[in-house]
Amino acid sequence: MNERKVGTDKVKRGMAEMQKGGVIMDVVNAEQARIAEAAGAVAVMALERVPSDIRKAGGVARMADPRIIEEVMAAVSIPVMAKARIGHISEARVLEAMGVDYIDESEVLTPADDEFHLLKSDYTVPFVCGCRDLGEAARRIGEGAAMLRTKGEPGTGNIVEAVRHMRKVNSQIRKICSMSIDELMVEAKNLGAPYEILLEIKNLGRLPVVNFAAGGVATPADAALMMELGADGVFVGSGIFKSENPEKFARAIVQATTHYQDYKLIAEISKGIGTPMHGIEMSGLAESDRMQERGI
Amino acid sequence: MNQRKLRVGVLALQGAVREHLKALEKCGVEAVAVKSNDQLELVDGLIIPGGESTTIRRLLDTSGMVANLIRFAQAGKPVFGTCAGLILMAKTLVSGETHNLGLMNIKVQRNSFGRQVDSFETELDIKGVTGSFNAVFIRAPHIVEVGDGVEVLSKYDDRIVMVREKHLLGCSFHPELTDDNSITEYFISMIKESQAAS
Repeated sequence: MNERKVGTDKVKRGMAEMQKGGVIMDVVNAEQARIAEAAGAVAVMALERVPSDIRKAGGVARMADPRIIEEVMAAVSIPVMAKARIGHISEARVLEAMGVDYIDESEVLTPADDEFHLLKSDYTVPFVCGCRDLGEAARRIGEGAAMLRTKGEPGTGNIVEAVRHMRKVNSQIRKICSMSIDELMVEAKNLGAPYEILLEIKNLGRLPVVNFAAGGVATPADAALMMELGADGVFVGSGIFKSENPEKFARAIVQATTHYQDYKLIAEISKGIGTPMHGIEMSGLAESDRMQERGI
Repeated sequence: MNQRKLRVGVLALQGAVREHLKALEKCGVEAVAVKSNDQLELVDGLIIPGGESTTIRRLLDTSGMVANLIRFAQAGKPVFGTCAGLILMAKTLVSGETHNLGLMNIKVQRNSFGRQVDSFETELDIKGVTGSFNAVFIRAPHIVEVGDGVEVLSKYDDRIVMVREKHLLGCSFHPELTDDNSITEYFISMIKESQAAS
């Protein structure tokens, strides 16, 4: 029997490739996880609270109670993700030891380290991280993230920040691709990005890992918009289980993500699915309450 | 005689669609992303990619594509399933879950190598294709039993990981994640065979 190599880049990044075109849903218990799976989620994120409730609760947000994560893992056959605080080596190792399929080193939780992220290449389990621009994206890839997502502004139900971050990253990628190689080192300096990662992006014409949309997706049309802007898939945090009819909402968002340019279909599935989560306008959000500024 | 380029579809509801399309293009055929029954009509063969089988299955339902896909395969058009695609093509699943396509006379177990931390890559010997293929297994299924007419093309750790049944091909791993196009080429040769026969 040939050697079995675990935790390689191909295996970690490949896992995220398999999630493309899909919706990853936040869940807080086994029942929600089963609803998400039945609706067609490609994975669930097991949490103690969805982001909008984390906002309301205030205080320090930490890794979920392992009992919740275990309960969700036992309830579904699709991959289960969980969040660790930025830079919290021990939370991440605990989640890895529990066998979660993906760790989100997430700004939704209160950072444990306000300077350094995890060295994610050190782990067998793959990581997803948030980014607002190409510098953040490239730094996270440099640390070993196998998947990216926009930060957006979690728990607001307001898509504007996710749109800003997706457009920013993609326009910066286009710029890299049109640059000559002798200009790349200065661009790396300006972005605070590892040169080798920028070179890889230039050669591929895209990021070397998938980039999902996250942080503010509240309706099927929001999911379709992010796919239109080039997202590889969508995370929905509070949007599903804070809506009036989570089951219908979840199914509609899954369909809208796949058929994002089939506008008649999106109209059809958006009919009578109930009220989406209540949103927050960005100007109503104090600087200190903006999660996207964490861990940059 | 059919003079046009061979046209091969990749079911594009969810999963690693882009990689399969790229591999097909490298092999010199026309690659088409298939999201609807209309697009399915246009292709000479179809790849069902890796992804989440429960998600793809649900989207097949909502898109009304199940019956058409079964007819497509019954008409002798080649179908190749990788990982989630293999699960969707199986007649039975160990878990007893309901399935949509049931194209191949095989019994498949989902997630049979463990969770993501157990996902791995290795070298495989694949009968009729290559002696050494860099195979990436991600939360991979394996084939527990094969029925009559199913040929085993590869095994790993005593588990069947690739099979062929006439014009149908399935594997547990992800050839689309590597630059080696030999399995894609093998599938294209199956499409050519099916066209020569009809």
